[in-house]
Amino acid sequence: MSERLLTIDNLSVTFGGLHALRNLDFHVDQGEIVSVIGPNGAGKTTFFNMISGMVTPTEGDILFKGESLIGLDPNQVTARGIARTFQNVRLFANMTILENVMVAQHCRTKQGLFGALFNTKSFKEEEAAIRAHGEKVLGFFGSRLVGYRLEQPASVLSYANRRRLEIARAMATKPEVILLDEPVAGMNPKESEELTALIGELRSEWGFTVVMIEHDMGVVRDVSDRVVVLDHGETIAQGSYDEVSTNPDVIEAYLGRPAEEAS
Amino acid sequence: MSKTMTPELAPPRAVLDQDWGRIGRFGGLIALSLIFVALSNMPVSMETFDLIADQVTLGDVSLWWLLLVAGFAVGKEVVLEGMTTHARGPRDIVAGACTGAVAAAGLSVLAVLIDNFDLRDPLINWSPQTLEKLSLGGSVGSGVVLWLVAGAAIGGVGGSLHVLSERPRRLFVTMLVSVFLIAILETVLSDISEDIALEWLADIVYAKRGGLTIVGVVLVAVLSGAYSWWGRVRAQEAKERFQSLEGADRTRGNAIAFGLVAVATVVLPMVLGGITNELLANVGLFVLLALGLNIVVGLAGILDLGYVAFFAIGGYTTAILTSPNRGESWPDWMPDTPWFAALLLVMVFAALTGLFIGAPVIRMRGDYLAIVTLGFGEIIRLLFLSDWLGGYTGAAQGITNIPGVNVFGLTTVKGTNPQAVFYLVAAFCAVAIYVSWRLEKSRLGRAWMAVREDESVAEAMGINTVNVKLMAFVVGAVLASFSGAIFAAKVGSIFPTSFIILVSIVILVVVIVGGMGNIAGVIAGAVVLIGVLGGPKQPGLLQEFSNFKLLIYGALLIWMMLQKPEGLIPNVRRTRELHQEEFLQDAWLRGEIDTDADPSEGGVAPA
Repeated sequence: MSERLLTIDNLSVTFGGLHALRNLDFHVDQGEIVSVIGPNGAGKTTFFNMISGMVTPTEGDILFKGESLIGLDPNQVTARGIARTFQNVRLFANMTILENVMVAQHCRTKQGLFGALFNTKSFKEEEAAIRAHGEKVLGFFGSRLVGYRLEQPASVLSYANRRRLEIARAMATKPEVILLDEPVAGMNPKESEELTALIGELRSEWGFTVVMIEHDMGVVRDVSDRVVVLDHGETIAQGSYDEVSTNPDVIEAYLGRPAEEAS
Repeated sequence: MSKTMTPELAPPRAVLDQDWGRIGRFGGLIALSLIFVALSNMPVSMETFDLIADQVTLGDVSLWWLLLVAGFAVGKEVVLEGMTTHARGPRDIVAGACTGAVAAAGLSVLAVLIDNFDLRDPLINWSPQTLEKLSLGGSVGSGVVLWLVAGAAIGGVGGSLHVLSERPRRLFVTMLVSVFLIAILETVLSDISEDIALEWLADIVYAKRGGLTIVGVVLVAVLSGAYSWWGRVRAQEAKERFQSLEGADRTRGNAIAFGLVAVATVVLPMVLGGITNELLANVGLFVLLALGLNIVVGLAGILDLGYVAFFAIGGYTTAILTSPNRGESWPDWMPDTPWFAALLLVMVFAALTGLFIGAPVIRMRGDYLAIVTLGFGEIIRLLFLSDWLGGYTGAAQGITNIPGVNVFGLTTVKGTNPQAVFYLVAAFCAVAIYVSWRLEKSRLGRAWMAVREDESVAEAMGINTVNVKLMAFVVGAVLASFSGAIFAAKVGSIFPTSFIILVSIVILVVVIVGGMGNIAGVIAGAVVLIGVLGGPKQPGLLQEFSNFKLLIYGALLIWMMLQKPEGLIPNVRRTRELHQEEFLQDAWLRGEIDTDADPSEGGVAPA
């Protein structure tokens, strides 16, 4: 069995009286692609926010390679090797496409004031390396984000390309685990099919472990090793896509109970 | 930004087919402005300043220009694609004349009111002098008639600008503005002309008792007119050629332009007189401050309203280290450090203060941060003013006897030698420009931009926002402290009143008006505001306006926010941000806008 990368242990968070997540137990192994699904408001994005350090859990623990992530700032979590994208695309709209992926390498680089002011050799080398890595991750998406596009502001990009750039930006932080929040939302079938293939490549070619929130069941079926279903902040099912999709609890969460039982 | 179009012109509309509501609105608005100007005492206090000897005073112009603007503004039309546009004609002149008359009528009402009621208590300028000015030398009745006629005439001239085609219009405006500028800059230009042996020219152009002579007016009008008619097109072409340069040519062009500016910076002060050099030195001090604030606000997006604190720290640290007159509580063995040695300590101390103030402040965001910095700015000043630290800082008496800067035993830079001060300031500005330029394109600069764009996302992308923002605070603090150190040596004494909150605000206005995030813009802003209008305490070129400085600052700021929020020389990113829609439209017109298709597949965007 492969190495256990991320362990969520009895995790709960409450906002006021609302239990956004309740006693969540969950793990991700090295090289897995895990999908988190569930109806709206099930707590999926809160779950991501908690892993990435933007929300502190009220109870429980998150272990990454055996070390707790609780209490770390988002930038420290990213530095440990967990990168994320956002559901409502949040690029640095007025920075160029290249700058978006360059700035994401901040925590992997270290040149400060001195190097920049005196234009030292190590500064130039690091800048070149940042640029090269930036172009490399952009190249992952074919010719869409490279060439003359590099110097264009992110705001001119189409919706689908913004999503691609978000993923590229997360890749640029050189993570081990990448958290994708609805990567294909708003894409047409051809585009989501293509992106599904790329998500597979994130593992096979880049060696990333992927945790993904997704509503598109086609995508979930095609790439996931394992599916976790959340409802009202609780795990109601885990397993392969086939197991989960036939689970009566899952069907109930999505479709509601049959009329005769409900009464 | 938008493309120019040549719309099909419909025949001009009938003279009386006017938008009377608009005329009333504009007239009323200008009337209110006129009344405001009259009651601000501008017409009376500037009465003694002759623009054209014995003919026109600055006081007159303070009212007349508004009538010209009224006549022009009422005829302005927004032309959009697909709208019918009428050719311009007598209708526009009539509209202008009517608006001017309405505005003048409003002012006349004020004259009549002053004549009949006494409101001197709340309005100190509700005075016989104002009335006399508004009556144009005669009785109130004749004044009213004269104002109506003058209003209609000047408004009509303003309206007729629409009828003229572009070239003659520019000719007219250029001539008018040139005559005004040459007239108002009399003191400075006379001062300069003496230094470059052109007194004979100044004697022809300017009358003995002040103001342009008639010959001078004609000379200036003809020269500026000639430039406008023939020279302007070439200048425009040259500018466009320069802007269309790309790649290596562009870099070379920029280098040449930069070199020219550098040479001018070195050579000009030698040519210019004492007054102008003093002015340039003041501009330089504010350029230095504004460049520092530009890093904090323009790059990192931290709205610091207490920036003057670091200016004060620089000034006081220098004063305490170099002056023999430092507060009596300091031990006797403390040496009078030379300025350059003191500067090192100033830097260290400014950086520490930056950290000290920054550490609690930086965790806040947006409005909260702005208010807290405002508080810290005042706290620092009040500490210097307090009796508690009075033994160290001299409290309200300040610290005097600050020696000048001894530059390697060659020369001493102090206030009596403004030229030397300017060179010193310019050297530090060069350092600040270099620092801004290098940092903007570095790892740190990118992190600042990301924080400015979206702080939470920047943090999620691995940027330690607290460290990065503190760094911006510290770099800004050190640059401001340089300015403070030079200020102390230049003035020779230092008091808490030099570091009032107004200084923070003026620096911020310089950055905003110049163009936030753009080095050239910030410099331009300082030249325009500090050089032309003057700083919080420093006189500018237009000394006549010094009493109305803050009024003009405010008016200018409002006008800029409405018309050109990105500043005089804007930063590309900021322009994009503020004109997002236009930018995207332009990109679309150029075919650069993105479709979802992968260009390598030669596909088209899905419908």
